[in-house]
Amino acid sequence: MLEIKNLHAKIVEENLPILKGVNLTIKAGETHAIMGPNGSGKSTLSKVLAGDPAYEITAGEIILDGKPIQEESETDRALMGLFMAFQYPVEVPGVNNGSFLRMAYNAQRKFREEEEVDPLEFQTVLEKKLNLVGMDESFLDRDLNFGFSGGEKKRNEILQMAVLDPKVAILDETDSGLDVDALKSVGEVVSALKRPDNAFLVITHYQRLLNYIVPDVVHAMVDGRIVQTGDKSLALTLDEHGYETVGTAS
Amino acid sequence: MTEKDEEMIETMQSKHDKTIDEMVNKDYEFGFQTDIETELAPKGLNEDTIRFISKKKNEPEFMLEFRLKAYKHWLTMKEPEWSVVKYPPIDFQDIHYYAAPKKKIELESMDDVDPELKRTFEKLGIPLLEQKRMAGVAVDAIFDSVSVATTYKKKLLEHGVVFCPISEALEEYPELVKKYMGSVVPHTDNFYAALNAAVFTDGSFVYIPKGVKCPMDLSSYFRINTENTGQFERTLIICEEKASVTYLEGCTAPMFDTNQLHAAVVELVALDDASIDYSTVQNWYAGDKETGKGGIFNFVTKRGKCLGARSKISWTQIETGSAITWKYPSCLLIGDDSVGEFYSVALTNHFQQADTGTKMIHIGKNTKSTIISKGISAGKSANTYRGLVQMNKSAKGARNYTQCDSMLIGDKCSANTLPTIDIRNQSAQCEHEASTSRVGEDQLFYLMSRGISLDEALATIVSGFCQDVFKKLPDEFAVEANQLLGLQLEHSVG
Ligand SMILES: Nc1ncnc2c1ncn2[C@@H]1O[C@H](COP(=O)(O)OP(=O)(O)OP(=O)(O)O)[C@@H](O)[C@H]1O
Ligand SMILES: [Mg+2]
Repeated sequence: MLEIKNLHAKIVEENLPILKGVNLTIKAGETHAIMGPNGSGKSTLSKVLAGDPAYEITAGEIILDGKPIQEESETDRALMGLFMAFQYPVEVPGVNNGSFLRMAYNAQRKFREEEEVDPLEFQTVLEKKLNLVGMDESFLDRDLNFGFSGGEKKRNEILQMAVLDPKVAILDETDSGLDVDALKSVGEVVSALKRPDNAFLVITHYQRLLNYIVPDVVHAMVDGRIVQTGDKSLALTLDEHGYETVGTAS
Repeated sequence: MTEKDEEMIETMQSKHDKTIDEMVNKDYEFGFQTDIETELAPKGLNEDTIRFISKKKNEPEFMLEFRLKAYKHWLTMKEPEWSVVKYPPIDFQDIHYYAAPKKKIELESMDDVDPELKRTFEKLGIPLLEQKRMAGVAVDAIFDSVSVATTYKKKLLEHGVVFCPISEALEEYPELVKKYMGSVVPHTDNFYAALNAAVFTDGSFVYIPKGVKCPMDLSSYFRINTENTGQFERTLIICEEKASVTYLEGCTAPMFDTNQLHAAVVELVALDDASIDYSTVQNWYAGDKETGKGGIFNFVTKRGKCLGARSKISWTQIETGSAITWKYPSCLLIGDDSVGEFYSVALTNHFQQADTGTKMIHIGKNTKSTIISKGISAGKSANTYRGLVQMNKSAKGARNYTQCDSMLIGDKCSANTLPTIDIRNQSAQCEHEASTSRVGEDQLFYLMSRGISLDEALATIVSGFCQDVFKKLPDEFAVEANQLLGLQLEHSVG
């Protein structure tokens, strides 16, 4: 579903290499987790995958559902089924959250040559998703992420994911800032969306999220590389012992 | 940094610039000229021109005197040079001061309009003029200098509301015109106001009698069609006690290489408890995108007088066109507890220059004013907010809130904020907030990562930035304003 081959990327402005050869393959129906110390490049990887123009790919390939996407615009990658829940969702004052969701939803439909939905039809689509995510309808009337609490922003990302139903969803530290109930509902949303033909990549510092989203594969990322890969027990080890010893054993 | 890296960064940079420049290639939609037989006064300005105009319009004697007095005063004045805008000197002898469709058109509805003219309106696609979709708005269409169609006149008259070309008002309600014309913007006010007083050819006249809430929104639609004509219209709106009206104004012009002068005067008068909402969507031709050649010089004097207690005047403007915009819709808050508002979105792109803002002059007790200005600059344009809040000695307990936000798109444009606050009594309060931001790459990326296109993402962010002002517009106008912004900004980043 998602194949990352020898991916190198740098920050354009600073000309600073961050990703130094990432290799990762996620098959359809799988859930993978990436753990790693602060600054190891996890968010960078997410943003590079989503096409953030602040970064430049200097080598390697990204293949989504059989198609190389590193030349595609950020818009097209999203339309092709990639979704990234931001670690720090951006505030956009004056832009209505509900209208924004519909705009994104309709962009997908248009891309698939389906008819766009009007606000009324969209309301029915939304109601189910709001329930699933456990968010109050009042958030739709507010400006996009504007003045949302940290946890509310994360929930709003999950709502977007639920509405867009992507092929590959990357969750960048969605758990940090979430209370236990919210954590649980994120787990429920992922279970509800999970299908044999999609995949999830979950970035986290804590094993506790992985109680709700159980990964098939866990990777440890250090200094812009995946240094160790294992099953879910690796998450426990990393959570307990940190990253001092990883990499040497692989 | 190695040489290669520098080269790389340079190409990135120019890629960015290129896409900004692409925006410069966005075509002006309304740049066609309509082929209608026109009667033109010879170019040039002298007393004969003025007599010619006055005679053409069958004006009463006092009007001719008014004009000649203004003309004589104008001759003593100098073109102002204090604003930030730059432009070549205007040759006032190279302008036609009168241009009118040859056929005098008398109409009750848009159905009676010359088909050619109607096609123009259709091409313009201004929803205001689509009577079917917009039943409930009365329209006065001003083509070059002459009002060609005022709709719903009869229906409005049943409510005592007068809505007609100002030339007609001079014939039918000379006393009202005489009483109020020049009472808000005297001909001595400024160079262009004097010029307008001397040569104005038409405009709209609105009178709302005591206690009447105007049963429908009124609207003027202005279009300059003939090359080398100046458009000098004059609008006068009078709201008697407890009366209210919402007035909308839209403007377009064809593309010519020469600059055209639009020097309008708008005067509003609100008596006790009266309220006037005046909205403008200004989309005059802005000039050539590559060279900056041509386009409208939009030098307009708009002022409202809150004469009565608890009266209210609210200006809302969406300024997206014109080579140069130079206007400061203002309020004289004379009546106690009167309220003045100014909500503005000014978008400049390419080589456009805008120097716009407002003046709130507080004279009465407990008068209140609110200023919200959103300036957006893209391309190589320059956008200046210039404002004055003056609290006179008599304005005990007066209050003002001002918020000026600027947004920059790309790195070749500029934004200025020049507020002046002049407080002459201790009980008055002013609150001022200002911000300047660049369209955030992070915001663009965020929206695009959800499958939204670059153009749509930019338009969405800018429209979000303008929300505080759009909220003040009637619905149809808000939609139109949004579309205009989107069009103007297409391909402006990348
Ligand atoms: N604009 C920038 N300028 C300079 N350095 C940057 C910039 N953006 C990211 N970095 C650096 O890149 C490295 C990787 O950052 P990244 O956000 O990918 O880490 P992360 O693994 O997600 O960390 P965390 O666990 O704290 O979220 C860090 O050292 C960070 O400081
Ligand atoms: Mg991170």
